[in-house]
Amino acid sequence: MSAYLHAFGAHLPQRVVSNAELAARLGGTTECTPEWIESVSGIRERRWAADDTTVADLAVAAAEDCLKRADADRSKLGMLILASGSAPPGFPGPAAEVADRICLATTPVLDLPIASAGSLFGMAIASRLADSLGDILVVGAEKMSAVIQAHPLDRNTAILFGDGAGAVLVSSRPGPRRVLHSVLHTSGELRQQLSFDWKSPLQMNGGSVILHASRKIPAGIREVLEHESIAPADVSAFLVHQANQNLLARVAKALAVPAERVFSNIARYGNTSSASLLIAASEWANQSVPAPGPVVFAAFGAGFHWGALVAV
Amino acid sequence: MPDDTQKRLRDLVQKVAGKPLPQDSEESLFESGVLDSFALADVVAAIEEEFAIKVPDKDLTPRKFDSIARMEAYVADHGA
Repeated sequence: MSAYLHAFGAHLPQRVVSNAELAARLGGTTECTPEWIESVSGIRERRWAADDTTVADLAVAAAEDCLKRADADRSKLGMLILASGSAPPGFPGPAAEVADRICLATTPVLDLPIASAGSLFGMAIASRLADSLGDILVVGAEKMSAVIQAHPLDRNTAILFGDGAGAVLVSSRPGPRRVLHSVLHTSGELRQQLSFDWKSPLQMNGGSVILHASRKIPAGIREVLEHESIAPADVSAFLVHQANQNLLARVAKALAVPAERVFSNIARYGNTSSASLLIAASEWANQSVPAPGPVVFAAFGAGFHWGALVAV
Repeated sequence: MPDDTQKRLRDLVQKVAGKPLPQDSEESLFESGVLDSFALADVVAAIEEEFAIKVPDKDLTPRKFDSIARMEAYVADHGA
């Protein structure tokens, strides 16, 4: 496998929704305060897109940012992969619209209706296809505000989610980071622990989701690192789906690495589902000087789907 | 030996939680504030190591490990 990560991009809607605004909308009870929201999630604010903004709109903006940073020739894209768990149901999926709007002519596109872990799945699939397809643009885009507002707000889920999009250009051409290995897993028997179908509110067995994520994210990371004989302590950065700050801290503890090695921006954006991994990667990569050494990408979400990818 | 299993479980949970446990082994460790879902992951891992068992995905629910009594029943049912 010869696959390289060339550049990341991201897009966040302008509107900031603070914990105070959300707590007020949730009734402003003594149990639901801005401080409580931050204590259980690490989130201080999130971005919500305007009512008329679509998943495709968010995806196009992130895709354009990534293509610009990569200085890539879009006419040579071999595939576009778009992950989204919050795109409206029906066909075709949003990838076709995104392809049209970023001026791809007949480039094949693939929709991945995978929340939370979708971008990681897209990156891993792209890494394995890059040898034959060349440049592959992977985008994760989510409008989770539409999901949580499709029904009366539920305190346990409304506090968590935000909107946004991220993107990465994966290519067989040598680039800044070479993908070494990736692992993907799904436990379909647990699919009802976290699910959404628009007809009824988001269903989340929070305790079960946390318990599984707390075990499976570190397990996936260990699996991908052991394959490459890399110790967690030698990894320069862990870019993990931004689900909950307490979960990110657990991942660091389970891997016995300093907490700051696990990148976090959840305080500002909340959980943007499948977009979060690439938004985090974009912020990390576009910092002044990312630390050298192996980098791990990992995610877990509804399905349950989870996995990890390591690059150097 | 159930009593021995219960003592080992109590020691193990107290070590992870860092808090005193309720005397009543039936009392929920979540409702009493001893554990949360994040800490439970550590407790389950500690149970697997202490009793040399593997908790499969289908059993990985907070309800099965909600109290010392439920943990004890789980360990008894899974060969320890």
